Amino acid sequence: MLTDARLVAAKDLRIEMRSKVTVSQVVPFAGLVLVMFGFALDANRPTLDLATSGLFWVTVLFVAVMAVQRSTAIETTDGARRALLLAGVEPSAVFMGKAAAVAVQLLAVELVLIGGIIVLYDASIEEPLLLVATCVTATAGIAAAGTLLGALVAGVRARETVLPILLLPVLAPVLLGATRAFDDALGAVAVNGWSWLAMLVGFTVINVAFGVTAYGVLLEET
Amino acid sequence: MTTTTASDITGTRRRGTGSRTTFWLGSVGLVGVVVLILLGFFAAPADDDQVDAVRMIFIHVPVAMLTYVAFSLTAVGSVLWLWKRSIWWDTVALSAAEVGVMFCGLTLFTGSIWGRPTWGTYWDWGDVRLVTTMILFLIMVGYLAVRSLDGDSATLATRAAVIGIIGAVNIPIVNRSVTWWSSRRTLHQKSSLTDGNLEDLTLFTMMFGLVVFSILMLWMMIHRFRISWLERQVSEGNLSEALIARRAEAMVAVETGRVGGAIQPELGRQPDKGGFGEVEDSK
Amino acid sequence: MTHLGYLLVGWGVTLGVVGLYAVSLIRRGRDLVGQVPADRSRWMTTGVDKT
Repeated sequence: MLTDARLVAAKDLRIEMRSKVTVSQVVPFAGLVLVMFGFALDANRPTLDLATSGLFWVTVLFVAVMAVQRSTAIETTDGARRALLLAGVEPSAVFMGKAAAVAVQLLAVELVLIGGIIVLYDASIEEPLLLVATCVTATAGIAAAGTLLGALVAGVRARETVLPILLLPVLAPVLLGATRAFDDALGAVAVNGWSWLAMLVGFTVINVAFGVTAYGVLLEET
Repeated sequence: MTTTTASDITGTRRRGTGSRTTFWLGSVGLVGVVVLILLGFFAAPADDDQVDAVRMIFIHVPVAMLTYVAFSLTAVGSVLWLWKRSIWWDTVALSAAEVGVMFCGLTLFTGSIWGRPTWGTYWDWGDVRLVTTMILFLIMVGYLAVRSLDGDSATLATRAAVIGIIGAVNIPIVNRSVTWWSSRRTLHQKSSLTDGNLEDLTLFTMMFGLVVFSILMLWMMIHRFRISWLERQVSEGNLSEALIARRAEAMVAVETGRVGGAIQPELGRQPDKGGFGEVEDSK
Repeated sequence: MTHLGYLLVGWGVTLGVVGLYAVSLIRRGRDLVGQVPADRSRWMTTGVDKT
């Protein structure tokens, strides 16, 4: 199953690499959002300091919606989904693979965004370990929930509008948890970021487990 | 509320989704609402702290509790649809979700209206139950959005069921996260029910409100269930009519094709296709 | 009575919304029932759980 998952992930990532959309559109979009927030908050340093982690994760959620949409589109075109099933790949492996591919893209964007907040928002990283752990855990959770809900709206005509409606409320705990953990890691607010990280782990475990079990049902249905 | 009269039900032709049961449920519910208004506004005493604002409790608490009952039913129905492919439970899940979203919206609304005079604010981001309920509301609005998409009813049922369950499994984590997030301050009283702060009549009226709104919810869910059932019949009816029409066309084509000979096999296959479709639909 | 405005809005909107929803349910039921032959409009008894 892990081999299959790796194959699916590699396939998705290769398609993304070749299309160059992540590099040429998604990353610039993320940077643009950062700049826009800077304008919106009137480049007010104290406000920006307090808002940095929240803005970071809101941007990540926007990017996640785009990434999931693209990841789903890969399978819906040309009946690729059916072909995957016929090839005898376990639905749970497909889920893990697609989620991993989304996670890798998100992590790449987050890397750029961290550079962005350091340069544009003057953020300083006080606890690198917490920062990395938060990114990895939260991203895994976002990718898992996103991949499942992406499959859910696959083939629906109005999926561009339906996906955010479904995904964003589900990701609300991630936004809460990751933002608080980042507040700690960036030294912006005195909170215990590690307990928030524990909450994120809970979210990720629940959503990965549910995704692994439920993905097959959605895959067979359409 | 129920405009169905008894003679409609006893008559041979049904005029709506009403029946004897819903007629009596609706009547009792209506009378209950009137009694609840009388009890809530005139019989129950004003609270020491909240004065008359406490009278909001008689609708806010029942509606809030029934919201969670309804969404639990949606989750149970979703599981049973995925597990047993039970159309009955799927329809229950849909009915409960629709009524639940309405009740959830009303919970948030009455809560804000109540919060303004007692807490001094319509909305407080630090309050756990408030924020959790809001997130749940948004997830279940998504459930209804998926239900309203066009497509095959079984596919939509499966997709919606997954959301129904996601909503349920995420509730503990949402609640936990909001609890920590807002640990600074929570405005909701711990539980007015258990700490004995409420006057007897106030408590009774609240319980009475719970009964009244349960009856109303049951009434609405039964009607909603029957509407889904009728909708299913209509779409299946249209489908089988279309199949019959197409089969008739094909038969004609076969008959005329028999003269031509060459096109016969291909046209002759059409009724078979229809037949398979029908088997799948009734499955 | 204190806070009468809040109370009237809260109760009024709640009962109003529930009432409107109930009316819409009855309306939808009436519209639909005419489109389904009488023998198939009996929920619960036929085919509900036959899947």
